[in-house]
Amino acid sequence: MKKKKAMLVLEDGTVIYGTGFGAEKEALGEVVFNTSMCGYVESLTDPSYNGQILMLTYPLIGNYKVHPDWFESDRIWAEGLIVREVCENPSHWKGTQTLDDFLKEFNIPGIMGLDTRALTIKIRECGVMKGIIVTYTGENPSATELLKKIRKQLSISELDLVSETTCKQVGEFDGAGKLKVVLIDCGVKRSIIRSLLKRGVSVACVPASTTSKEIKSLDPNGIVISNGPGDPAIVSHVRTTVRELSSRYPMMGIGLGHQILALASGAKTFKLKFGHRGSNQPVKDLETSKVRITSQNHGFAVDADSLEGTGFQITKVNCNDLTVEGMKHVELPIISVQYYPEWDNQYLFDKFVEMLKEHR
Amino acid sequence: MPKRQDLKKVMVIGSGPIVIGQAAEFDYSGSQACKALREEGVEVVLVNSNPATFQTDTDIADIVYIEPLVPEIVAEIIRKEKPDALIPSMGGQTGLNLAVELQNLGVLDEMGVEVIGTPINSIKAAEDRKLFFELMREIGERMPKSIEVHSLEEALRAVKELEGYPILCRPNYCLGGTGSGVAHDEEELARIVKFGLNVSLNRTVSLDKCVLGWKEIEYEVMRDSADNCITICSMENIDPMGIHTGESMVVAPAQTLSDQEHQTLRSVSLKVIRALKLNGGCNIQFAVNPDKFEYYVIEVNPRVSRSSALASKATGYPIARIATKLALGMTLDEISNPVTKDTPASFEPTLDYVVIKVPRWPFDKFPEADQMIGTQMKSTGEVMAIGRTFEEAFQKAIRSLEVGRFGLGGDGRDKPTLDIEPLKWQLTHPNDQRVFLIRDALKMGVGVEEIYQLTKIDPWFIWKFKRIIDMEEKLKRMSPKDPEIEKVLGESKRLGFSDRQLAYLLKTKERNIKQLRKQMGIKTTFKTVDTCAAEFAAKAPYYYSGYEPIDEVPTSKRKRIIIIGGGPIRIGQGIEFDYCCVHSVLALREEGIEAIIINNNPETVSTDSDTSDKLYFEPLTFEDAMHVIEKEKPYGVILQFGGQTPINLAVPLAKAGVKVLGTSAENIDLAEDRERFNKLLRKLKINQPEGSTAFSAEEAKKIAKKIGFPVLVRPSYVLGGRAMVRVHDEIELARYMEEAARVSEEHPVLIDKFLSQAIEVDVDAVSDGKRTFIGGILEHIEEAGVHSGDAAMVMPPQILSEKAIKAIKDYTIRLARELNVIGLMNIQYAVKNDVVYVLEVNPRASRTVPFISKAIGIPLAKVATKVMLGYSLDDLGIPKEVEIPYVCVKESVFPFIKLPGVDPVLGPEMKSTGEVMGIDRDQGRAFFKAQLAAGNKLPTSGRIFMSVRKGDQQEFVPVARKLKKLGFEILATDGTSDVLQKADVESKLVLKVSQGRPNIIDYIRAGDVDLIINTPTVGRNPARDGYQIRRAAIDLGIPYITTLTSASAAVQAIERISKGKIDIKSLNEYHTQVKKIQ
Repeated sequence: MKKKKAMLVLEDGTVIYGTGFGAEKEALGEVVFNTSMCGYVESLTDPSYNGQILMLTYPLIGNYKVHPDWFESDRIWAEGLIVREVCENPSHWKGTQTLDDFLKEFNIPGIMGLDTRALTIKIRECGVMKGIIVTYTGENPSATELLKKIRKQLSISELDLVSETTCKQVGEFDGAGKLKVVLIDCGVKRSIIRSLLKRGVSVACVPASTTSKEIKSLDPNGIVISNGPGDPAIVSHVRTTVRELSSRYPMMGIGLGHQILALASGAKTFKLKFGHRGSNQPVKDLETSKVRITSQNHGFAVDADSLEGTGFQITKVNCNDLTVEGMKHVELPIISVQYYPEWDNQYLFDKFVEMLKEHR
Repeated sequence: MPKRQDLKKVMVIGSGPIVIGQAAEFDYSGSQACKALREEGVEVVLVNSNPATFQTDTDIADIVYIEPLVPEIVAEIIRKEKPDALIPSMGGQTGLNLAVELQNLGVLDEMGVEVIGTPINSIKAAEDRKLFFELMREIGERMPKSIEVHSLEEALRAVKELEGYPILCRPNYCLGGTGSGVAHDEEELARIVKFGLNVSLNRTVSLDKCVLGWKEIEYEVMRDSADNCITICSMENIDPMGIHTGESMVVAPAQTLSDQEHQTLRSVSLKVIRALKLNGGCNIQFAVNPDKFEYYVIEVNPRVSRSSALASKATGYPIARIATKLALGMTLDEISNPVTKDTPASFEPTLDYVVIKVPRWPFDKFPEADQMIGTQMKSTGEVMAIGRTFEEAFQKAIRSLEVGRFGLGGDGRDKPTLDIEPLKWQLTHPNDQRVFLIRDALKMGVGVEEIYQLTKIDPWFIWKFKRIIDMEEKLKRMSPKDPEIEKVLGESKRLGFSDRQLAYLLKTKERNIKQLRKQMGIKTTFKTVDTCAAEFAAKAPYYYSGYEPIDEVPTSKRKRIIIIGGGPIRIGQGIEFDYCCVHSVLALREEGIEAIIINNNPETVSTDSDTSDKLYFEPLTFEDAMHVIEKEKPYGVILQFGGQTPINLAVPLAKAGVKVLGTSAENIDLAEDRERFNKLLRKLKINQPEGSTAFSAEEAKKIAKKIGFPVLVRPSYVLGGRAMVRVHDEIELARYMEEAARVSEEHPVLIDKFLSQAIEVDVDAVSDGKRTFIGGILEHIEEAGVHSGDAAMVMPPQILSEKAIKAIKDYTIRLARELNVIGLMNIQYAVKNDVVYVLEVNPRASRTVPFISKAIGIPLAKVATKVMLGYSLDDLGIPKEVEIPYVCVKESVFPFIKLPGVDPVLGPEMKSTGEVMGIDRDQGRAFFKAQLAAGNKLPTSGRIFMSVRKGDQQEFVPVARKLKKLGFEILATDGTSDVLQKADVESKLVLKVSQGRPNIIDYIRAGDVDLIINTPTVGRNPARDGYQIRRAAIDLGIPYITTLTSASAAVQAIERISKGKIDIKSLNEYHTQVKKIQ
């Protein structure tokens, strides 16, 4: 790894120098932290990180290299990466590419060698903020100039990030069964599609701009609204589509999709101070009283009080801060979760498939 | 689900004495369990035979029984106490086995006692290989093919079914891998299986298809009564499959698994704990193929364990405490996370640092033991270190071990390297030195890939070692004046280099490095262990050091005192010292003083983050301790309680201007420095065995000649009798001197007259500088020359004369005054013909402090701490003297079964790992109990084999006569038999090994001997009969006795037991009988 210099500037004026890796460039974004101890490939390729600079709290990153099988989409979506240390000599039977090369391939800059724990505490206390990473080999860039750029940058709630992460055309995946869903792709993770296919459900992945009419024409058994980046309030067209379809099809919302369902019903969402990003978030199912540990990546949440009178009821809450993690409609076959229903939390897909069968 | 209301009184079973495979971790878990139960308003009955545990304090449990952990006795206690439930899962394998035995006895059903946490069926499902295999098949998980065998014949048949060697052989229901091993051929198989059948509780051995060289990954998981499950921690063994996890270096979290692999294993772990239906915690071990994604479930511990203690300390999540609440029926979301307080316990800890555990082996004490490491545990303890980089944590762990190393080499202590071929052989046949051998190999240019092939340690780790070595090479080429030095020093500190290493590599003094760092602003900073990677603000005050820019640890405005702990459990420095440290913490907290602990042992109560006000998990070198001291700027430091480790820091800390509380560093040095101490004794007109200090071999010879053989030889500044030997002649002396020179470089050798046939005595006292309170006088049951840490002892004294006791008290008080002892003091005496000699004075807590505290019901370490704070003994209401109307016997427990090849003979070098206490109305009964607790069940009928060294035989006649009278049959070899015959004691002659067959070994192996009395002849020749007999006794678990005095005590015990029952009484009941003389 050739040594580059790197700099991180935050909205509040913080300037930190480190070592650069990945691409040599500037990257602007909202700086967020994720507390998972592994899964850096899955995180970097999660479209929900579009517009954000990802900081990993675990200090040793890149240990097991990178393999395309672990991608959640076809590219890196995080704008930049902040880590304590990138592994110089990774080791894994499957990994084929180093983290450094991976970032280079997708033209993403990284900064390492800084006190990520101290930075995490700052974000915990001050809330997420905009920042910029610069990697360079020559003179130090001017911090003042960089700060200006940050200030000029729109906030995450003003950016239409979904238009970047959604697919450009309809993609059909054959689940080898009789059921078929339309997945409104706001920036879907591949694991969601895989979970559906595994249950014999065919998936038509459609761009977020697809109209309700076009969706109806595909004659699905149900609709999935996927995860995606940014503020749900800004993707008003999807909200409209969802509203138009909600009385006709069983629906399932995940992540951003869950928030859009809430907004479509007239409820509100709000921005969390520093979000939920990690794989250790406890979620209590209010119907069964059981607690499950979930993977999460979200900076916005559904306002619980605003659900009053929308027809939605809260089915799941986060045990740490009691925010809404899941809803169901009291009359319509609509369910949603804020977290990622992965690994041992895939039962939600089973439930959805049941709903599809019932309403076929 | 809220706590069950029907459980009002719960019994917790401890794990008994510290042995290899069961160390302080179960005191930690048991103590947490007691605290958690009482927090929920449940009355706790605790049973444990180990007096050195914190859990056996009557402050921790409501009712404490220090009684042998055998089913008959525990059944009696259950009948007496009538608990509603029993928690067996806090007492290690001992606890589980006992629960199963109690169930089999029917007492649980009889008394309506429910087993909570880990129900009996879950124990069976996890522990019985066949049942577990079935269970795994039901949930669709694979285990290596395994066949359970009951005989060697079955084993041989099984080999074919398992497709040949190598085969892993494991006895069922055994702890710490006792008796397990990898068989590469029929001969090895026969040896391991025969031994294994014998040590297994149900006489079965499992033969497993071997996955040597795979990665070994562990998960700690928890489950509640609502079936909520969480993972606490993943841990990766740096050493591959084939090396017991207790013998492996372990890193947390797992480093070399992809997310997919991790998530899969995590999900499987949750599936397994659900299948076992535990309410609590369990540990699941996996073997993972390093070349493709393939894994096996290897084993489950359905209880808290060494690994769960490690996981608790690694993450900050108190597994045992939470597991106990789950056992009461509570659910994870109802319990708050004690670290953050604001978030529930139903989450998974996440780390933002690296944790490394390294085992501590006892090979310094057993140079003759086979030092290879494998499927059976040999280590006595472990250290843990935390860092923001792997390298930092690793080098910290190495210097925490206290094996004289300050990191991964480059500290001036490196041994000459082996030639390449023997080096490679050793890499494939690992021993305790393996990381240093890997270092040598890397230095010799052996590639990372080749080292991986030889060791099967993942290249990821070897690359990390290489980074340390590359930095070392870089430093070696530099000088402190190099323009690059600032950058390199910073980098090397972040890689965990100690100033000691840096000084050596940069060819300067340690203090210069420190000065240099100060100039350059390379400062040690501290971070918090918070279970959540800073996502939430932590309330638990648990910290580690590093070299990050920002220090996040606040210091308070309160008066604060630092207590330096004892480090890893090893022979000579065991749990007793941790017990004392914890008491000191409690005393400080009672006084409203902020108590700060520095320690590095993950097994202990002292490193529980809710024990102290602040916990720094750090190595205990001068440099590391100073970093914390400089940060905290405490009022003072307490060094008396952690054993020799902190005592060794007394002088350097005092020199650095740190206030040492209690006895001054100067007076500590006075007691430890032989020459100075001798002068003091002469001044006080107190006797000591004649002796002197020798700085050369020549001088040693002269001294020995003058005072006459046998002599006791040892280096100055010793702990646990390290390298101390009894020398009988000049040749032995010459040999010793050759070796001793290397044992201690800076200190000379002490030569003392050995007082044969004396009675040795240990005294622990606490002094406030004016008055001295003698906690207890312990009379050794063993003959003089057996290390006090190994000797059985009795309190109050049984054979010492009034006159001797008076002299002992007088000397103790005068010595305390002369040394101006403030706090604890231990004195060892020898009494011969009523003359009292001082053997040594230790101005610190001794191993016997917990025992005495339990015996008299006065917490000596706590009292000592308060005295250090300025209270007088009168202020504290300490009586002038105490008397106890019962008898307490301390017996030691030895690791011989785990160390094949070692001769189980006692001497001046300490060998025991732990201790038990027997309390009853007289010495006979108390001794019987102590033996029973130590695993030596003295027979009341049957056959006794006697083989006694020439010269001693006459003295054994009364012993034999009594045994005969008690109805025993006596077997004896010719010499002993002749003597007995002449004395008119009937015995049956058996052949010695050298005399043909069937010989005594055949008798022993056939199970025809119930007790062995064998006194050793001089020398350590393994071919000798004596050795073979003692070894057979160990390997087959037959009680054996090697000294006349303990033989007499045993006979007395058998006599008493034959005449009447033993008493079952709680410590609380005993303490009401203590007579305080004001």
